[in-house]
Amino acid sequence: MASEHMTLEEVKKHTRTYWVIFGALLVLTAITVAISYVHLPFFWAVVLALVVASTKASLVALYFMHLISEKTAIYLTLGLTAVLFVFLIVIPWMIPWAEVRGWFVS
Amino acid sequence: MAVHIPYIDKPNPVTGVTNAKLGIWLFLASEVMLFGALFSALITLRLGVNDWPHGYEVLNVPLATLNTVVLIFSSVTVVMAWAALKMNNLKQFKTYMSLTLLMSVIFLIVKAIEYGSKFSHGISPATSNFYAIYFVITGLHGLHIIGGIIVNAYLLGPGSKMWSVEPERFTGRIECAGLYWHFVDLVWIFLFPILYLL
Repeated sequence: MASEHMTLEEVKKHTRTYWVIFGALLVLTAITVAISYVHLPFFWAVVLALVVASTKASLVALYFMHLISEKTAIYLTLGLTAVLFVFLIVIPWMIPWAEVRGWFVS
Repeated sequence: MAVHIPYIDKPNPVTGVTNAKLGIWLFLASEVMLFGALFSALITLRLGVNDWPHGYEVLNVPLATLNTVVLIFSSVTVVMAWAALKMNNLKQFKTYMSLTLLMSVIFLIVKAIEYGSKFSHGISPATSNFYAIYFVITGLHGLHIIGGIIVNAYLLGPGSKMWSVEPERFTGRIECAGLYWHFVDLVWIFLFPILYLL
């Protein structure tokens, strides 16, 4: 149910959900800080940090930003954004690949 | 002559959402690309060197953890402010929006303490690539917090007069301001582990 069409009862139900999500976010924050004190190998530290951060971000986006029940126009906008965002993040890993092929030599 | 802007309080039949809501989502999409470019720069710098410091060794993790909790709480209070309006409770809206503003100011104070500590030790963006990207990303995020404070303070103060004449439109404004605020929280959710905990 998109936020525009929520009834009073649905909003009341949602307010309880918001506090549950708040509790979950606090627990996940504690977990991510605790993991950092273990000093795992760098690769696994990055993977775990990103998994926990992505879980927290998903909870905020789905429940606080109501993306769990949004209209197609919003999903299409965000879908295109996600594709372009992934492209931005992939660029740094392409630099050595491009260097090997002499793309940076003028 | 006043120009009537369509679908600012009722959903546009084509998109199913108000034009204001689609507008704020398009703005947030551009913000994703802005911060995405900076994250990409951070990865490029990190991959290019061998001696990159661990965030937990050079930055203040307890203060950043406090700021994480403060920002998460402000996300709850801003969505509760919107829910209060949906339940026709302006007084409760004002309480939750005031709490959101209080949390925003606390976040900035903590950040100022962090920055002050770095500057007092002679550390600046010129110190290293790590500090350059740290100050740029957290500084830009801080500017977004200030922007949010200005908008939310307006909506709590003079802007709230709209509630008595156009309640649906005002509720839509709070939802849009809330979406922006949640985005600022989302950025911090990724900044915190990437800069401070790795």
